[in-house]
Amino acid sequence: MYEGVVQDLIDELGRLPGIGPKGAQRIAFYLLEADPVDVKRLAHVLVEVKDKVRFCSVCGNVAEDEQCRICRDPRRDLQVLCVVEESKDVVAIERTREFRGRYHVLGGAISPIEGIGPEQLRVRELMQRLADGVVIEVILATDPNLEGEATATYLTRLLKPLGLRVTRLASGLPVGGDLEYADEVTLGRAFEGRRSVDD
Amino acid sequence: MHVAHLSLRDFRSYAEVDVPLTPGATAFVGPNGQGKTNLVEAVDYLATLTSHRVATDTPLVRVGADSAVVRARVVRDGREALLEVELVPGGSNRARVNRAPLPRVRELLGLFRSVVFSPEDLTLVKGDPVERRRFLDQLLVARAPRLAGVRADYDRVLRQRNTLLKSAGGSRRSSSAGESALRTLDAWDAHLARTGAELLAERLRLVELLRPLVDARYRDVAASALGHRTTVSMAYAPSFPLPEQVTVDRDELHAAMLAELANRRGDELDRGVTLVGPHRDELQLGIGDLPARGYASHGESWSLALSLRLASYDLQRSDGEDPVLVLDDVFAELDSDRRHRLASSVEAAEQVLVTAAVAADVPDALAGARYDVRGGGVRRVH
Repeated sequence: MYEGVVQDLIDELGRLPGIGPKGAQRIAFYLLEADPVDVKRLAHVLVEVKDKVRFCSVCGNVAEDEQCRICRDPRRDLQVLCVVEESKDVVAIERTREFRGRYHVLGGAISPIEGIGPEQLRVRELMQRLADGVVIEVILATDPNLEGEATATYLTRLLKPLGLRVTRLASGLPVGGDLEYADEVTLGRAFEGRRSVDD
Repeated sequence: MHVAHLSLRDFRSYAEVDVPLTPGATAFVGPNGQGKTNLVEAVDYLATLTSHRVATDTPLVRVGADSAVVRARVVRDGREALLEVELVPGGSNRARVNRAPLPRVRELLGLFRSVVFSPEDLTLVKGDPVERRRFLDQLLVARAPRLAGVRADYDRVLRQRNTLLKSAGGSRRSSSAGESALRTLDAWDAHLARTGAELLAERLRLVELLRPLVDARYRDVAASALGHRTTVSMAYAPSFPLPEQVTVDRDELHAAMLAELANRRGDELDRGVTLVGPHRDELQLGIGDLPARGYASHGESWSLALSLRLASYDLQRSDGEDPVLVLDDVFAELDSDRRHRLASSVEAAEQVLVTAAVAADVPDALAGARYDVRGGGVRRVH
């Protein structure tokens, strides 16, 4: 145990995701020795991020205004909606520059163990967005793990009766990889999702 | 296959030990509590990533140490591989093959195989159904490592679904929360049936393959001792009625399981647990006309448990593998006739590791290399 505020700092840092007790201690001592100007800037950003950043009223993505950059962009295709778990998934998909539609951020995946059901996610908001009939295709891009799959299954059952085209991201082999290094589950999925080759 | 060299660090009672091994029979002999079983437990851990004695890794790490390492040079079809696993209780375990780290420890499964028979195996016959399910699943995973993932997925879906059933059952009458929980339940049903049907199909297929092998082994082990009651029966009893004709077709099982989930939903909500699925199945064992559990004598139970293990060894051999056979503290329980019978039936294995408290208990047919195990040391005697 360290004295007073040093220990407080270690405790606070240790509560962050991915940081254990040793990591927290390392960061705390780094900060103690760092230039006061740098540390002030960090403290300022921490405060500012809580003050300024909000969640987009349309899609739930992080935003600095009422709406996020993507929802404000008039060039985006309004007919295609991509449903993701987290804001960071939006960033990942945006990097591909392949997708020109808009997003809907759920805020997680269904996981009863963690107490997360559809009410804790932005599912009602999703249904409200679809009510005007502008969107014709919904792409389910939740994580390819059990909770993500269950969420996709749940949403599929909810959306299909609306007469929308509902698609799910394909699972399979990483591009540029070797077949022999793929694990059996991924390879099995790739087989299930195989496509006929058009010539 | 065989283990050519075993070294342990901070595993069980051993701070550090190196044991060179040879194909054929090897006996570890020493007084009780000196660490004989710890050696074969380490060998088994490399094959199954679990211990045959305890459910968690913590007791496997020497008291006071942060982690344990099991390292073995394994020879398979004339080719050597160095397999290594580091056990880190409270952290994540690590595995390496030929010094190269594996992305997931699970990928070690299938590279090395062992079949262990130990006194704990009496629970296979006398214990709860969970013991027999574990026996089947372990053998499934040894033969097709991919199924470790299916099994893990099934368990996870099951935990999620049980949590949901508990909360949904409570709020069922009250509110819209209950109603939406029911709709979420449909999504989990789909995934439970998908993974459950796959596990079920594999188990049904396995039982069919094992049945004649267990019967033959039992006849062999128990023959002379008893003139009667020497036929063994094995039946897989699922938690829900299977389609009319016994089928191992995954799609049919999937449909049957979904239908039963729909049937039993009311019960499930009342009780707050999943009542349908392979986690509630039973492998029924019988000797003669009677169920083995509760009716079989100690000797019969012992012979049947041994037959199950030897049959799983036989099955893997028929797959073209030759697992290392481990007979942990087995001979003391057997009379001399059965001892010899057992010894001669396993002679052909590429490697047999035997532990015994008294050297005289080890039958001549298995008189290969002998190690003296005492005081935390392992010393070759001859």
